[in-house]
Amino acid sequence: MKKLIQALAAVLIVSFALLYIVSGLNSSQGYTSGNTLTIFNWGDYIDADLVDKFEQETGIKVIYETFDSNEAMMTKIEQGGTAYDIAVPSEYAIEKMKEEDLLLPVDHSKIPNLKYIDPRFMDLPFDPENEYSIPYFWGTVGILYNTDILGDKKITSWNDLWDPELKNQILLIDGAREVMGMGLNSLHYSLNDKDKDHLIEAKEKLDRLTPNIKAIVGDEIRMLMENDEAGIGVVWSGTAQELMWEKDNLEYVVPEEGSNLWFDNMVIPKTAKNPEAAHQFMNFILDPENAAQNTEYVGYSTPNKEAQKYMDEETISDERFYPDEEMTARLEVYENLGKRMLAYYNELFLEFKMHKK
Amino acid sequence: MRTNSRNFYLIPYVLWILLFVVTPLLLVLYYSFFDIEGHFTLENYREFFTPVYLKMTLSSFWYAFLITLFSLLIAYPTAYLLTKTKHKQLWLLLIILPSWINLLLKAYAFLGIFGTYGAANSFLEVMGIGSRQILFTDFSFIFVSVYIFLPFMILPIFNSLDELNPTLLDASNDLGGSSWVTFKRVIFPLTLDGVKAGCQIVFIPALSLFMLTRLIAGNRVITLGTAIEQHFLVTQDWGMGSTIAVFLIIAMVLIMVLTGRRKRGIL
Repeated sequence: MKKLIQALAAVLIVSFALLYIVSGLNSSQGYTSGNTLTIFNWGDYIDADLVDKFEQETGIKVIYETFDSNEAMMTKIEQGGTAYDIAVPSEYAIEKMKEEDLLLPVDHSKIPNLKYIDPRFMDLPFDPENEYSIPYFWGTVGILYNTDILGDKKITSWNDLWDPELKNQILLIDGAREVMGMGLNSLHYSLNDKDKDHLIEAKEKLDRLTPNIKAIVGDEIRMLMENDEAGIGVVWSGTAQELMWEKDNLEYVVPEEGSNLWFDNMVIPKTAKNPEAAHQFMNFILDPENAAQNTEYVGYSTPNKEAQKYMDEETISDERFYPDEEMTARLEVYENLGKRMLAYYNELFLEFKMHKK
Repeated sequence: MRTNSRNFYLIPYVLWILLFVVTPLLLVLYYSFFDIEGHFTLENYREFFTPVYLKMTLSSFWYAFLITLFSLLIAYPTAYLLTKTKHKQLWLLLIILPSWINLLLKAYAFLGIFGTYGAANSFLEVMGIGSRQILFTDFSFIFVSVYIFLPFMILPIFNSLDELNPTLLDASNDLGGSSWVTFKRVIFPLTLDGVKAGCQIVFIPALSLFMLTRLIAGNRVITLGTAIEQHFLVTQDWGMGSTIAVFLIIAMVLIMVLTGRRKRGIL
């Protein structure tokens, strides 16, 4: 009995001592409330040196967390838990978060560097006048292929992927909208098609692709393509750019039938504890030199016009990553489909994944 | 006085069970009656009995069964040999050690080992068999799962083998039982509880594996766990996700009851 109480007391004392030490350590490194900025971003989507630079310039400590899908990010923000000061959703997610009243408006007067953004990327339909969001990166979905494995075969369209010679060569990204979009595009339907007959037709077409599919994976696709594990990967443009900088045997193409054009913008969630620092960070990232450095690390296309002056001529003139107007016309932005339709897309995607070879 | 103080000590346990076992279960049940727009419905339960989910349930059970079977086939002889070694505890520690490493890290390691240019294929090449696709096949999925669950199967079997009274084996020997008969009629029945415990510990989590299905099987194997993850994180259809969870819970309870401890002596 006595021993039990003693043991209990000992555990409690040790726990409190540890708690005290941790909070002591945090404050000695500057992690006090009011002086931290919690950023919620996609994995591998910022040059870490910039975070250090921001900390040195402003004295604000950055806590950095990552997510791997818009949906996972939204679920976490909705539930509260961690108070994020900045998140980086894609356009349809911003639309949804606005609808659900999860965002704080952005004060443009605190972000003077906003003037460097190409007007083409401002005032887009998903966020008129950029009331809630500031452009971060943009890009496309396309096909990355390995010329060593495919030889002379040229890939130019989605329909090329159905070639029986490509048996067991294709890696797909594990996203319902990306994969269903590819099916819809290959039939020349819109990415945002809500017609159930069209969707079922697209799913059946995708089923016929299964013999060619090696795997449906997440961020690992980068590592797998880098290791020449498969001949073809359906990826986001930035993943492609980053890999192509490292390897000469990879080529990227935005398919003829059209594809997805997406924007990732920075937003301030309603639960933010330090909106002031969030504005400071946004301004810091939009600084042309910082934006150029970030772009060279991440590989996606920057909306910052001024930043392009600090970048390689070769990079910004590459039409696959900075498509001209004619090509942009073939691209579509995801619209918010509504919960029901999104659930239906996912249902079909799940059925497609279960389809056996 | 005595019963009072005993009840007093029960409080933390009761609170714990209420907060972290009963409440979540009730919440899962509660959510399973709502559709995606938050209306009360039984639609989710009807949906579960459509071919898509039935097929998924069947394949989950099939893979979980295979994983349990292979774990058992490997674990039993291992545990038996372990009881015969000199430094039992050391060997046991070595077997348990890998389970201290994060599951995801191990899965990523296998991505490298099983890759087209990975160690496994280099070995096959040297052996003259030639390289083949190992990653993203049923084989790799079951292999990695068995590797991960093995310690959990070995431990209970090892314990029951270790507790076995050696004089029983001598008795069997003296009475003319061959080693096969001794194993079949003495050792195995007496360690059956360990085997059952091991099977439960492996089969039940194997039913709802989800990260491995993507990393190692490349989403070519879809289990109920994958579907739950997708419904909670992607479609935000918590109702359907909860409904699948309800069926998983029912399946688990059934398995526990069926493989539960019977009175010794009947077998």
